[in-house]
Amino acid sequence: MDNIPMETGFIIAGILFTLGLTGVMIRRNVIFMLMSIEIMLNAAGLAFVFAGSFWQQADGQVMFIFILAVAAAEVSVGLALIILIYQKFKTLDVDKLSKMKG
Amino acid sequence: MLNVLFYTAATIGVIATFMVITRYHAVHALLYFVVSLLSIAVVFYVIGAPFIAALEVIIYAGAIMTLFIFVIMMLNLGAATIDQERTWLTPKIWVGPSVLTLILLIQFLLVMFNTGLQGNEMMVIEPKEVGVSLFTQYLLAVELAGMLLLAGIVGAYHLGKRKKKILHRYLETKEDHG
Repeated sequence: MDNIPMETGFIIAGILFTLGLTGVMIRRNVIFMLMSIEIMLNAAGLAFVFAGSFWQQADGQVMFIFILAVAAAEVSVGLALIILIYQKFKTLDVDKLSKMKG
Repeated sequence: MLNVLFYTAATIGVIATFMVITRYHAVHALLYFVVSLLSIAVVFYVIGAPFIAALEVIIYAGAIMTLFIFVIMMLNLGAATIDQERTWLTPKIWVGPSVLTLILLIQFLLVMFNTGLQGNEMMVIEPKEVGVSLFTQYLLAVELAGMLLLAGIVGAYHLGKRKKKILHRYLETKEDHG
């Protein structure tokens, strides 16, 4: 860890997070949006592990485990919602779903 | 040496992630996403978090991606699936992820056969420290995460449950999904 500066790690995490954010904004397919959210969560976890590795503390890795739990819960509910949306509307295009009435 | 491993893996991760958000087919994007997760696992290993690297491979690339694949398979039912499959499995599609994973495999072999990499350059945080910290300092957060996962299970079950038919069969309306 001495050779690799922490800034490099944060730059990589930032690039990955930005790519995920771009994916959420440019894609209109719900599955791709969910995948991009996964990319963003993963990038946040990468930043946590980098920080924990820089200060030689285990806390960063603990936070990554929590992020993993959150990602798993989010994906299970999100995919169940995608199946429901597809059965009801026969499409995964979020623009076509924008006329939801509560 | 470790620096080279690190920057190669990070570059592969960024390239694969860029490919994820620009693919048209969900399965192609998933292929690249798995490559991206594997390369980030290499990054975790290099910066001294082997436990997290293993978790990344097992849970992210293993379990969560499998969930995605199941759902995509469920949504793609139909007679045209086989033709689709034939057009998908052209070399143009699998060659990109294969080359990237091949580089990752070479890195893995280098680490495996270069035992000198282990002790000198890396300051490894052992899984034991992580576990001790997790179950003393963060015990409340662990319980909260457990509650969250329970809510996720119940939510997914509730959403995925099929509706029970309550109508008499003469009054039954046509099911619009099948």
